[in-house]
Amino acid sequence: MKLLTNLISGLSLGSVYAIIALGYTMVYGISKMLNFAHGDVIMIGGYMSFVMSVYLGMNAWLALLIAMFVCTCLGILIERLAYRPLRGTGSLAVLITAIGVSYFLQNVALLIWGANPKMFTSLFEGVQPIRLAGGSLTVTAESLFTIAANIIVMIVLTLFVNKTKAGKAMRAVSEDNGAAQLMGINVNQSISLTFAIGSGLAAVAGVLMCSAYPVLTPTTGAMPGIKAFTAAVFGGIGSIPGAMIGGLILGIIEIFARAYVSTELADAIVFACLIIVLLVKPTGLLGKKISEKV
Amino acid sequence: MADKDIRKEMPGVSETGHTYENRQEIYYNDNVGGRAVFVDAKEHDQPAVKESVLQERDKDKTPILDVKDLGIDFGGLTAVDSFNLTLGRTEIGGLIGPNGAGKTTIFNMLTKVYEPTRGEIFFNGKSTKGMNTVDINNAGMARTFQNIRLFDKLTVEENIKVALHHNTDYSLIDGMLHTPKYRHEEFRIRKEAMKYLKIFGMTKTAEYKAGSLPYGAQRRLEIMRALATKPKLLLLDEPAAGMNPSETTELMNTIREIRDRFQIAILLIEHDMNLVMNICEGIAVLNYGRVIAKGFPEEIQNNPKVIEAYLGKGVGAKKKKTKANEEEIEEALKKGKLESKASGKPDERKEGE
Amino acid sequence: MADRILKSISTRGLKNAVRGSEYKKEALISYGLLIAGYIVLQLGAVSGLIGRNLQGQFVPICVYISLAISLNLVVGISGELSLGHAGFMAVGCFSGVLVARVVGLHLGFEPAVVLIAMFFGAVMAALAGFVIGIPILGLRGDYLAIVTLAFGEIIVNLMNVIYFGFDGNGHLKFAFNHPIEGIEDNDRIIAGAIGATGTKTMATFTMGLLLCLFTVFVVLNLKNSKQGRAIMSIRDNRIAGESIGLSVRKYKLMAFVTSAALAGMAGALYGLNFSTVAPLKFNFNTSVLILVFVVLGGVGNIWGGIIAAAILTVLPEAFRQFADYRMLTYAVVLILVMIATYNPTIKSRVSAIWAKLKPVKNKDKDKDKPKKAKKAGKEGA
Repeated sequence: MKLLTNLISGLSLGSVYAIIALGYTMVYGISKMLNFAHGDVIMIGGYMSFVMSVYLGMNAWLALLIAMFVCTCLGILIERLAYRPLRGTGSLAVLITAIGVSYFLQNVALLIWGANPKMFTSLFEGVQPIRLAGGSLTVTAESLFTIAANIIVMIVLTLFVNKTKAGKAMRAVSEDNGAAQLMGINVNQSISLTFAIGSGLAAVAGVLMCSAYPVLTPTTGAMPGIKAFTAAVFGGIGSIPGAMIGGLILGIIEIFARAYVSTELADAIVFACLIIVLLVKPTGLLGKKISEKV
Repeated sequence: MADKDIRKEMPGVSETGHTYENRQEIYYNDNVGGRAVFVDAKEHDQPAVKESVLQERDKDKTPILDVKDLGIDFGGLTAVDSFNLTLGRTEIGGLIGPNGAGKTTIFNMLTKVYEPTRGEIFFNGKSTKGMNTVDINNAGMARTFQNIRLFDKLTVEENIKVALHHNTDYSLIDGMLHTPKYRHEEFRIRKEAMKYLKIFGMTKTAEYKAGSLPYGAQRRLEIMRALATKPKLLLLDEPAAGMNPSETTELMNTIREIRDRFQIAILLIEHDMNLVMNICEGIAVLNYGRVIAKGFPEEIQNNPKVIEAYLGKGVGAKKKKTKANEEEIEEALKKGKLESKASGKPDERKEGE
Repeated sequence: MADRILKSISTRGLKNAVRGSEYKKEALISYGLLIAGYIVLQLGAVSGLIGRNLQGQFVPICVYISLAISLNLVVGISGELSLGHAGFMAVGCFSGVLVARVVGLHLGFEPAVVLIAMFFGAVMAALAGFVIGIPILGLRGDYLAIVTLAFGEIIVNLMNVIYFGFDGNGHLKFAFNHPIEGIEDNDRIIAGAIGATGTKTMATFTMGLLLCLFTVFVVLNLKNSKQGRAIMSIRDNRIAGESIGLSVRKYKLMAFVTSAALAGMAGALYGLNFSTVAPLKFNFNTSVLILVFVVLGGVGNIWGGIIAAAILTVLPEAFRQFADYRMLTYAVVLILVMIATYNPTIKSRVSAIWAKLKPVKNKDKDKDKPKKAKKAGKEGA
């Protein structure tokens, strides 16, 4: 039973990683940049939801919607102000700028909300965990909802990318920026849209994560951000199903490592798994093979 | 073997076009020996020609390259199939064919950028099975690329020095601490690099970054870099691409000169028929990944299959045009005005002003 | 042999060509900067112009300069993005501190102890670099970057559960994943999450300068050697590099291991500068900090990295009183500087301004020219 409990919490954590990883993977796919500020957008999402529900006493779900809206705007703004001026100048310059944005967001949060941890109220405040098998298996509402949310997001996003015009345009831009532009696709708009979706999802992930682990500090987003990025690479960066699989596997590995090996070494084990996967499949589980024309 | 003499007698410049006899004469004059051969041991249409000529120059020597039934598939698509080729040790061979015929793919298989699906390559008598690109170069095959691949941020001199790494003998520690051994070796390879630059008349460019050189010089540097690895076989992928007629003429001389001076075999891919027909001693024509004709230049030129599949109606027109150009050049040469006339690229014109 | 046409064609158009960097100039600027900086700071410290807080930063400045240069070997010269440089620093730090404690028992002369510690730190970090490098250097681009990040985090994680100490008899004891039982606090050398502790601070500013000079010496020499050229060639064009017989893995590994060794050396000096250093100090943030030095100094530019590392270490320290806004400003400045230096529009505007400034000189020359021509004409007449 303990195994099953761990599996469920692993899936739940993995779902959070998967939703964050989506933001990484989509942004990487379309603009080939490692957006290290993504983790901090999660944190901002968490704080926004916190402010709305605790300071202003809003309904937690309404707070979530507002947090999503704010993060969506934030994502577009970051892309417009910090990344767009550097488009096409090589990944290193954009990477450093992304790190600058990350510092910026963390320090803004530090100035506004201080370094003291804030206690986050869960989306499911007061909802009793479901007890199965005579109480030996507990499943929290947060876990269930997180897993469900992940599945819904994944389905909607896959449909969006494959079926809608805007989604197809996004795919075209990630395939070949220049050619897409020649075909009359508005590249700027597509990239903005990608950032918007990624950041909106980051807010969802932030709220879900803070519901499960209710401590909020300005650096809350940093480690999950890095791990979700790892998950995206694990699954093959640029691939949407890859992000989901990578996130879930990583979450399960992390929970199992914590439970059965060592709490201190859990992160090391997670990263070691990433390295092993990349050594076997250099572009991740579902990643496309890169070939260079000679 | 003065260059000017060659140019005068150069078949391409002569009225009658380029005949086998003409060229043979030149090569005898150049002390290279008889012409080598470029034959396919498996094809049966012209066995007599092949066997007899191979023995003239490269008698009792293993051919430098012996390719048997080479083929490669990309997914379900067969890019090259049953490709056979034998190249003598000092022969200049040509590989021609329309775009997408699989010429560069063959080069990539020879240098193991791609692993062939079928067939075997014998380089210098040894099978190259299991070798990678690095091993191939170590064995003595060097190449240039269709889209120039230089080490752009390194200087011209450094580009050649890198290629001389095979015979630069000092360790990483020597390199880090600049020991006397380092100084001695660096001095030696610097001299050697300058030697190559001198042969190609590029001493002046030594300190410039390779990526900032004019196009023609970049192509030349690429050949030099390949040569600096001391190959036995040099593969040139469209060496004349983007060159104007005078540069092409000059390139022809350079290629011959390389063969004569270094006594190596050269296999080249080229679209410029004038160049191919002039300097290649044997030609293979590729279409849709298969050899459609193979033989001496004059045979290829008159092969109806080739004309139909590759050269088409444009042959006559092209020939005339080239001839006109050649005459112009020859005239200019006589007057010594070629330098100012040969202005093909904008950056060159700038400097002329 | 080489005929006239040949020469003329190959040198035509050279006006647009760019000359390669000059090693001697680069070396001169780098050494000059280091020595001048050392003298200025020493004078400032002696005369009392530089306060205690900033004096405490002297060794870290040297360490960060050295780290920036060694990372430049991977990022600038080898062209690979490494996000785990602090990991090698950690390996050097902890192994260096360990050796210093053990050697310190028998050897009284501190500089010698520091040198031994640095050497050992370098060896251990090189070993780590080798073990990590062999499997991963076949990966490309961002995948390599993420793996170096992962390794950096793994190293920090492992350091968190490693314990070293002396038992009652003065023997070295080691424990993994649990503290060593029954030893006194003073006898701990490395204590898990607390890190290296009870270290005698032996690092001096002069040692720091020597470290920097040595790092510059090695990196610049390497750049101008057979191996360095091979590394840069593979960076510029991997396929062409292979085609002339350069083994990509071998040369990438060379750059990676050398860089790791130099980082380990710097790490050892860093460890000996503080009585306590926690493993957390060497996480992703520090790796990124070093990368920022490299990029702001100009990728591949050694002396640029020296300046960037020095300034970016001093400034946050100097503005300590504005603690709240310090890091915020740092972030904004970082973004603005990146945009200003890399944005194509701004770049071309800046060069246009340069071009406007330059003709002022040229105009004078042009003015001279007609005069000369006139003179010549007169003379001819």
